[in-house]
Amino acid sequence: MSLLTLVGALPLVGAALMYFIPSKNIELVKKFALLVTTLVAVASIFLAIGFDKSVTSMQFTQSNSWISAFNINFAVGLDGISLVLILLSTILVPIVVLATWHESDGGRWSVKTFYVLILILETMMIGVFAATDLFLFYVFFEAMLIPVYFLIGGYGSANRSAAAIKFLLYSLFGGLLMLASIIGVYVISGNQIGATFDLTQLATLEIDNQTENFLFLGFFIAFAIKAPLWPFHTWLPDAAKSATPGTSVLLLGVLDKVGTYGMIRFCIELFPDASKTFTPLIITLAVISIIYGAFMAIGQKDIKGLIAFTSISHFGFITMGIFAMTTQGMSGSNLYMVNHGFSTAALFLIAGWMMARRNSSIISDFGGLQRVTPVMAWSFFIAGLSGLALPGLASFVSEFLVLVGTYTRYPVAAIIGTLGIILAALYILIPIQKTLHGPVTPGNEKMTDLNLREKIAIAPVIAIIVVMGFYPKPVLDLINPTSEKVVTNAGFTDPVAEVNK
Amino acid sequence: MQTSENLLWLIALPLFSSAILLLAGKRANSWGHIMGTIVSASTFTIGIIEFFAMQSRSEENRAVTQKIFTWISVGSFNVDASLLLDQLSICFVLLITGVGTLIHVYSIAYMSHDLDRRRFFAYLNLFIASMLLLVLGDSYLNLYVGWEGVGLASYLLIGFWNEKPAYATAAKKAFVANRVGDVGLSLAIMISFATFGDVSFSGMKDGVDQASSTQLTAIGLMLLLAACGKSAQFPLQSWLGDAMAGPTPVSALIHAATMVTAGVYLITRSNFVFDAAPIAQLMVLIVGGVTLLFGAIIGMAKDDIKKALAASTMSQIGYMILATGLGPIGYAFAIMHLLTHGFFKASMFLGAGSVMHGMKDEVNMRKYGGIGKFMPITFLTFGLGYLAIIGVPPFAGFYSKDKIIETALNEGGIKGLILGSATLLGAMITAFYMTRVVILTFFGNERWGHKDEPHESPALMLIPIGLLSVGSVASGYLLYKGDWLVHWLEPVVNPLKVHHKELLPPIVVSIMAVAVVLVGVSVAILKYRGEQPDKAPERVSVFTRAARKDLFQDNFNEAAFMRPGQSVVKNLLNIDHLIIDGMVRAVGSVSLSAGNKLRVVQNGYVRSYALLMVVGALALIATIWLITA
Repeated sequence: MSLLTLVGALPLVGAALMYFIPSKNIELVKKFALLVTTLVAVASIFLAIGFDKSVTSMQFTQSNSWISAFNINFAVGLDGISLVLILLSTILVPIVVLATWHESDGGRWSVKTFYVLILILETMMIGVFAATDLFLFYVFFEAMLIPVYFLIGGYGSANRSAAAIKFLLYSLFGGLLMLASIIGVYVISGNQIGATFDLTQLATLEIDNQTENFLFLGFFIAFAIKAPLWPFHTWLPDAAKSATPGTSVLLLGVLDKVGTYGMIRFCIELFPDASKTFTPLIITLAVISIIYGAFMAIGQKDIKGLIAFTSISHFGFITMGIFAMTTQGMSGSNLYMVNHGFSTAALFLIAGWMMARRNSSIISDFGGLQRVTPVMAWSFFIAGLSGLALPGLASFVSEFLVLVGTYTRYPVAAIIGTLGIILAALYILIPIQKTLHGPVTPGNEKMTDLNLREKIAIAPVIAIIVVMGFYPKPVLDLINPTSEKVVTNAGFTDPVAEVNK
Repeated sequence: MQTSENLLWLIALPLFSSAILLLAGKRANSWGHIMGTIVSASTFTIGIIEFFAMQSRSEENRAVTQKIFTWISVGSFNVDASLLLDQLSICFVLLITGVGTLIHVYSIAYMSHDLDRRRFFAYLNLFIASMLLLVLGDSYLNLYVGWEGVGLASYLLIGFWNEKPAYATAAKKAFVANRVGDVGLSLAIMISFATFGDVSFSGMKDGVDQASSTQLTAIGLMLLLAACGKSAQFPLQSWLGDAMAGPTPVSALIHAATMVTAGVYLITRSNFVFDAAPIAQLMVLIVGGVTLLFGAIIGMAKDDIKKALAASTMSQIGYMILATGLGPIGYAFAIMHLLTHGFFKASMFLGAGSVMHGMKDEVNMRKYGGIGKFMPITFLTFGLGYLAIIGVPPFAGFYSKDKIIETALNEGGIKGLILGSATLLGAMITAFYMTRVVILTFFGNERWGHKDEPHESPALMLIPIGLLSVGSVASGYLLYKGDWLVHWLEPVVNPLKVHHKELLPPIVVSIMAVAVVLVGVSVAILKYRGEQPDKAPERVSVFTRAARKDLFQDNFNEAAFMRPGQSVVKNLLNIDHLIIDGMVRAVGSVSLSAGNKLRVVQNGYVRSYALLMVVGALALIATIWLITA
């Protein structure tokens, strides 16, 4: 059995073992969840250590026949792109568990149920990035919705039911379109090379243009909802506002990445010609997302809504970089997925602590926190600087790669996207000023600063944000070969500089 | 090119010191300022050592580099974290660390009553590290890290007392205005990569002959935009006045001597771009010319001593920017004025801080008057700075400004006439408003409104000011003598490449320059001699009113950007809710019975969803079976 399968199964095993822990022993439940998720994180680091950077084909592969009648296999494997996303997921989950220790205490269902859901979700997150069989991917993609639905609907704040349903409806709609496309691809493979769901084989299909366009759209819309891209975004702010901060971190930090990951793995790798056809449209939507998300973020009064809309703007950058079809854009977007995960985690976790202390998520209820809670204020400030992509912090490297990679092929899109950095300064510094600076707002005088548990939870996130800003090379080394391969296989070569040396 | 292992320390020492001071928190209260100052002094020592080492080498071997690690490498986009110390950057290193260290020393006393003095020194060290990275980076992307780093330090220091909402707003305004400029720098780097396949200075310089003029013009204009943001040049100048919210040592170091001059560095460093892009160069001249007058006019009407000095800074940097637009020799004169300005302006700002220190933090010059006899040393040093800035021979500003005026006039034709007149007019106005500052502050009737006599500042503050005044007196002549700076910079900006014809003999230009200064001084003396009221006169000309309102720069920005921006946000919020989400809700309400039934159905809804998934999967399998059968 591959190490990858073991890593993926570990959380599920943990969830099953929860059965033996009495529900009333809340502390033990939490500690056990922390232990399991930490073990998963450690195990996944061994994946990174054992990963051969010089090979572009899938590694840690495993394939077992699952439903042999339809040639459906339990097939998993890793390349650079999926590896870094799995690392992002497995590192974030224990941090979320530790950071949101009391989040599930007042939920509709028990604390144990909450952590069982988290553990199941972790297995699905690993599975969705590891699957190399289209059918298996679809199963993970859809099944993932269920734990998230219960996490929002059972443990969220006001309006959680409506938000959970909206999230589900959107996802259902996208999932059905994707399902239709999956059937289509399968049928075509049956006619050409023998029916299969194997991604490598599916990539070799010769599909006529019109059919390919339809199939592409089925996948793309599902992923554009997931990512989310304008105008498919309206579920995200509602979901983020209603979910607990920890769920929001997993939702924005990891689950949404399935959308942008899917655009690379399925839309571009399976349908390169259709990708080319739709690129102008997609780049346009991406640029709209960047600017629209940023303007909307500026207008938010609720801190959770603010973070959700900044993410929509950042997903615009990621999508733009992917469809720029240059190695810089592609690698930049992949790196951006990782960086955005950590950056948003920092923002949302700290915002979550602020909200729990003040019992409010309205930005104007805070004020002068730097005097009352200096450590929390500084952490929030650094997370904010990462959000506005300050050079020296992680987001800058990825954002700049996306922009420079886009500029060489689509200069106008890159120029408009660059204007987003002014808006980013506004949507970060306005709430920073309102929450941290100025006189202490009444009601905040007694607020307590971060405790030891919270400091331990946030320290690694901030460390990653800083280190990856100065030294992104280890992650880029993992990503680069796969990015180059994707761009080359899609039939693109990087534009050549005007000056030949 | 030779390598040096010392360069990294220049940046690493203050960076680590800053991190330690921030992480140590209150524990560092007793020693934070000492460590910050020692670290700054160490960087100055390294700078001195490097300078003498450089001077001892032959001209072609003077530049040294240090590669630290590979920063970003994706496809053909390769950027090393790599430093370059050459004849141009060493000028800045010495200025930044030298003036920086003096200001650290000054701040020990100036900030001694502030509970957060340790944090102040942490920010100052962060600034020194960022500014050194800015001038030492060997590529535009490395420069960019320093560029935004100083922006961050500036934001933190302007907002050092950000419990006051107005100060927090001033900090934010500075950052956002700088970000507008940063868009320029970002785009310049992107265009450079698309054009040269490289973003390092040396790589681009090598390829400049093959690049098309369209691309070079675009790069030049974007770099100019960046320079406008950082150096408070028209039309991005509006943040500098508000930036005076920061403690006075910050105004002296960041918003007078060093950071705001980064735009001049950027253009000078990019000389190979501008020399090949005449349109961009013309825009540089226009921006410089407009700003030098814009700042000078504002400076005439300011009663806040720091804001008057800030307007003056804007104007003096206008001179430098204008000089960089004058071609190869202009770069050298821009740097010369930048260095002399660093001394005399820092000295005057610290002098202003000394006056404030003795006057209960009063900044309104209408409440000053007759301070000279109470604060003789401050008066003397401020006076030397004053003589330097207005350009009285043989003080520093005379040499550097005179050279710019001379080069501007020598452009010849209409261009020379316009530029020459602008620089001469600017010199006259400078003489006027600086004389006004000196008279209102140090001479005339005492208008303090209280009985406490101003007291001279402690030695820890006066010694740094004194050392800076030595620079105000001597630096101009030293740089000018035998064209020392011009020859020193020859390998970097090639000032001697183009031979400039002399339309007017230098002595005639000097006489003209001194003459306009005398006019400016005389007018100011006539206007401000005798008793002055302790309030600004209200019945003033339209002209004065406009200058007091900074020539309506904020009103313009509000009307052109802020209010339209706010209305875009407001409208988008409605569109998002009513139209985009509205369509979704419309679709949703078809499939769901609306309103309070939601609650009842929702659990059942998940069940039906799970069912649907199963049905979906079954449908998939059935379809497959039908087709393959």
